[in-house]
Amino acid sequence: MNGVVLVILFAAVVVLSTATAFTRDPGRQALVFGGYGLVLGVIMLALQAPDVALSQITVGAAIVPLIVLLTVMKCNRILAQHRKDQHREGG
Amino acid sequence: MTARLAGRLVLLAAGVAGVGALLVVGFGALPSFGDVQHGYGVRAVAASLAHRAANTVGSVTFDQRAFDTMGEELIMFAAATSAVMLLRRMRDEEEQQARHDYGGEDVFGALRLTGAAFLPITLLVGCYVIAHGHLSPGGGFQGGVVLATGMHLAYLAGDYRVLERLRPSSLLDIAESGAVAGFLAVGLIGMGLTGSFLDNWVPLGTFGDLLSAGTVPILNGLVGIEVGAALVLLVARFLDQALLIRQEGEDA
Repeated sequence: MNGVVLVILFAAVVVLSTATAFTRDPGRQALVFGGYGLVLGVIMLALQAPDVALSQITVGAAIVPLIVLLTVMKCNRILAQHRKDQHREGG
Repeated sequence: MTARLAGRLVLLAAGVAGVGALLVVGFGALPSFGDVQHGYGVRAVAASLAHRAANTVGSVTFDQRAFDTMGEELIMFAAATSAVMLLRRMRDEEEQQARHDYGGEDVFGALRLTGAAFLPITLLVGCYVIAHGHLSPGGGFQGGVVLATGMHLAYLAGDYRVLERLRPSSLLDIAESGAVAGFLAVGLIGMGLTGSFLDNWVPLGTFGDLLSAGTVPILNGLVGIEVGAALVLLVARFLDQALLIRQEGEDA
């Protein structure tokens, strides 16, 4: 039984890590990465390592995606501003 | 395919094959997956019981290998401090006060209620996880992160002002540095009393009690304060950069 659960979880990790690598938009990538972090945490829980599972879930599924999302927000705003400035100079 | 790309692919294939071969050889010598008996585990559990720590993982990180944890502490401290410094407001940037106070009416009622309901629960869970680090899974790092993320439920619920009141920056700065200094002080007192740095010098107490395992709960508490404060300060700087700070002349 435990073996089946682990195989499913490992398969989910393979799928989600590949999905993270192939997601092109950084904002979406942060969310997929959060899901990937969550599954890693569940694997650690299934392998009876609740201490590291707790660290993984809080950092990998919450803090890191949040910081990435905020950075993407800032970058997008700067890019939009640049485009606007160029448009003004051109027009 | 250009020659340059082909060369890079060959280089990649050689690297992957080499690392793969080394991993297969290396894993072959490890104890088999899921064994009940493990050389290191047996010794760590015995050492943990000798110091009356119910959570062996906590005993390993804060007693048997406390020196390694101190290294991680200092890395975390240095990384958070430098990130906060890099993200400070620059001379040609300005803060937009208006964006500060978007109010509760901008947020779904359900989200607002969930945030308000879970804020105290999460903060309580964070404190519990830190305080029971030597008894049950968790500890200073995990509890500190739970505290830091929990605090941002206030922001999710739409109250930036409540969040700001929850995180007095100067106080958190002092708490962060003070906790790192406290960790070193606990280690140095151990050195003075027993002759070895970070030795477990506090009375060990009764196995399973909230006050047991000697220095482990003290170090857990200090790490909890350090990690919690560092993450709140770090996320605060990121939030400011994303929401408030504009370059001069930039539109809102």
